[in-house]
Amino acid sequence: MTAQLLWLVPGLPLLGAVVLGCCGRVLPARVAGAIGAGSVGAAGLVAAVIALRWWHQAPAGDVVIDPLWSWMALPGFSSRIALYLDPVSLLMTLVITLVGFLIHLFSTEYMAGEDGYSRYFAYLNLFVAAMLLLVLASDLLVMFVGWEGVGVCSYLLVGFWYGDPANGYAAQKSFIVTRIADIAMLAGLLLLSLQLGTLDIQPMLAAARADWAPGAMAPTLAALLLLIGGWGKSAQAPLHTWLPDAMAGPTPVSALIHAATMVTAGVYLVVRLHGLFEMAPAVLDVIALGAVATLLIAACCALVQSDIKRVLAYSTMSQIGYMFLALGAGAWGAALFHFLTHAVFKALLFLSAGAITMRLHHEQNIFKMGGLRGELPIAFWSFLVGAASLAALPLVSAGFFSKEMVLGAAWARPGLGAVMWVAGITGAFLTAVYSFRAVFLVFLGPVTTRVSGSYGVRIWLPLCVLAAVALGIGWLETPAFLGGAQIFAAMLAPVLGAGVVERLPLLVPVAGMVVPVAGVVVSYGLYRSGFWHAQAVRPAGVLRRFLGSGMGFDALFEVTLVRPYLWLVAVLRRDPVDRLFDVLRDVAMAAHRWLRAGQGGKLRRYAAWLVAGSAAAVLCVVFA
Amino acid sequence: MIPWTAPLVLALMLFLLGLLGLLARRGLVFVLMSIEIMLNAAGLLFVAAGARWGNPDGQIMFIFVLNLAGAELALGLILLLRIRARLPDLDADAADLLRDAP
Amino acid sequence: MIGFYAAAGVTLAATAAAITRANPVHALLCFVVSLLGMAVVFFLLGAAFAAALEVIVYAGAIVVMFLFVVMMLSLDRAAKARERDWLTRPVWVVPLILVSVLGGALARVWVLRAAGGVIAVTPQAVGVRLFEADLGAVELASMLLLAGLIAAFHLGRQAE
Repeated sequence: MTAQLLWLVPGLPLLGAVVLGCCGRVLPARVAGAIGAGSVGAAGLVAAVIALRWWHQAPAGDVVIDPLWSWMALPGFSSRIALYLDPVSLLMTLVITLVGFLIHLFSTEYMAGEDGYSRYFAYLNLFVAAMLLLVLASDLLVMFVGWEGVGVCSYLLVGFWYGDPANGYAAQKSFIVTRIADIAMLAGLLLLSLQLGTLDIQPMLAAARADWAPGAMAPTLAALLLLIGGWGKSAQAPLHTWLPDAMAGPTPVSALIHAATMVTAGVYLVVRLHGLFEMAPAVLDVIALGAVATLLIAACCALVQSDIKRVLAYSTMSQIGYMFLALGAGAWGAALFHFLTHAVFKALLFLSAGAITMRLHHEQNIFKMGGLRGELPIAFWSFLVGAASLAALPLVSAGFFSKEMVLGAAWARPGLGAVMWVAGITGAFLTAVYSFRAVFLVFLGPVTTRVSGSYGVRIWLPLCVLAAVALGIGWLETPAFLGGAQIFAAMLAPVLGAGVVERLPLLVPVAGMVVPVAGVVVSYGLYRSGFWHAQAVRPAGVLRRFLGSGMGFDALFEVTLVRPYLWLVAVLRRDPVDRLFDVLRDVAMAAHRWLRAGQGGKLRRYAAWLVAGSAAAVLCVVFA
Repeated sequence: MIPWTAPLVLALMLFLLGLLGLLARRGLVFVLMSIEIMLNAAGLLFVAAGARWGNPDGQIMFIFVLNLAGAELALGLILLLRIRARLPDLDADAADLLRDAP
Repeated sequence: MIGFYAAAGVTLAATAAAITRANPVHALLCFVVSLLGMAVVFFLLGAAFAAALEVIVYAGAIVVMFLFVVMMLSLDRAAKARERDWLTRPVWVVPLILVSVLGGALARVWVLRAAGGVIAVTPQAVGVRLFEADLGAVELASMLLLAGLIAAFHLGRQAE
């Protein structure tokens, strides 16, 4: 029965997208919103039903495959479109549909009155359908279709307000950077299909285990190429430059695409193919080091941002860095747990930010906000819960538990473990500092901008639901000294193997509890001393400019990639290769002119040529 | 006895002299005269060939060459007189209206 | 033998002189000398008829006609000076090169053939052949002369 229902999960949002795409313009706004949110809600309902049945009785082998169509059947390679449901993809599906539904509901009120209302929901539904296809695909080729689909939808939604060319430029940037990463991913897929003969995930992994030795060139190269693809989609260094600019899209879009779901596609890819990545320990080291770099770079940059959405964008980058940190330590379950909590609290943070800005005439500069604790209590409490989860305040927030799991796994990793743990703890400190910097600047102090309007149920209901989940969901998986619950790990065990409970020294959990609190205290101290306010007033020094521009990555890419490419374009515009062939024409014309000069009409000249020709002919006869 | 190659060499050299005159002289009168020299040399060649094998065809050919030279020279000279209006100094190099106009 | 070489030498010298004169009348007269030398050569080759014809027709009619027309041109002093100006040393260089190349090629072809003697051919033999076997050619030759006559008459009349 599950197999019969499974296709509805990506199918319903796709149907919604098609309907809205075709007739959206003639539908009244309420209907369009209902179709948009309803399709995702229905998909979520189906997913919940499937999950309940699963919990009641897991299917045989803990996996359900729903083959839909055969795509291509060539000698040596075949691919089919099939949906593959196991605990990992079930988890992803639940998050995408349920969090997605809440965001859709929020959007119906947030985007009310906007031009292109139904276009928005068409794109958003299409995105959800593509993302579900990505996580439910049983074949890497089908997953790549979903991968590209979410990229296109991200482009369409970031550039939603296309009247302003800056939005179009931001959309182009996000698309091009992820596209470049996708080239690497495609190369990886080609390598896998050529070497192993199939891209159907489970048979492919079995073939890899049989044919390839761990640490060999082939798995390392394939894993590295796929990793680069994942880095681009997940906005990890060095392919992260697009995410802050992608905040040009509407806030619910940022919540869904650039926080909860699309940017975690890279994490999902590694978890799904963890069998391959386990065979390439060098690539796991690369993942770990890249994660360390990203989470620190992003946390530092978030300290000086003045746009609230950019603060959240950099924090997303940093938190996904934590997920990759767990992946680098081989702790697939920890990465997924952090994904779960992050999806909830990041969506909560973005929606609260949206709720704030929609009451402030879309003012996004935190230095122009202040004292909103009294004015917007719902927004205040939701944002506070989200920030607490982000900063991983101990015990009260879900983020604490997931971050503990990640940091514990990092510590336990042989080799780079110590470096990763230190980076993680430092990042946790910085995260607490910048997240509460935003809280204090926005909600405390005197009121700087007046609020207007009010909230409907469609605004505060998603906020409350997400806040409740952000507080409670952490208790699914707790460290040993807090009860040792292993519900989450048990659910994923059939896919990822049983988690190993490490014996950690006392330092690790204690530091994990103390450091975020210390960060909050430091941030409050800096707030009281006026340090944060000074950022708005004092002209930017070198360090602040460097951090504010994302540590100069944009400028680096501009100089090393964009300018040489544009120079090459300018050179080739004059079509130099064609000019080479013009030389032939010039030679022919010159010869023509030269020969023409010989037709002088002079009798004696002609006679002389006759003599020369005759002599040549006779000599040919004589000597030939 | 005269070796048969001697008249052949003489004919060749006369022909070459005529050719030289044709290439080097600019006046139309001299051009016509050089053509006559060349025709004469060809005639000598025929006669020498006829003498080699005792065949009267050689001298007969010589008669026809003479014939031809006379007819051609008559016409050539008339044309020379006619062209004098256009080319007062009878310069062969000036008669170049059949050139490829640039 | 000696006679032949003497006649040949005279012919060559006279021809060389003919092409290098500035005055056309002088050139033609040198040409006449060359023709007379040629007649001697024909005679020594046993072709008496050809020798006679050379003198009577070529030197006596054709060149004379040439001389008449040249006189008619009445080239004045200026024309003679111009002709002399055109006869500079560098004029001969390229023609000499070309001619020597051609001459060398041709010489290589036919000078190195086997030698042989000469056999005299009498006018009687020529006459018999002419009016028996080559009668058609004789008629055609006369047609050619007729055509030349008419054309010259026609073109010449326009000149008046």
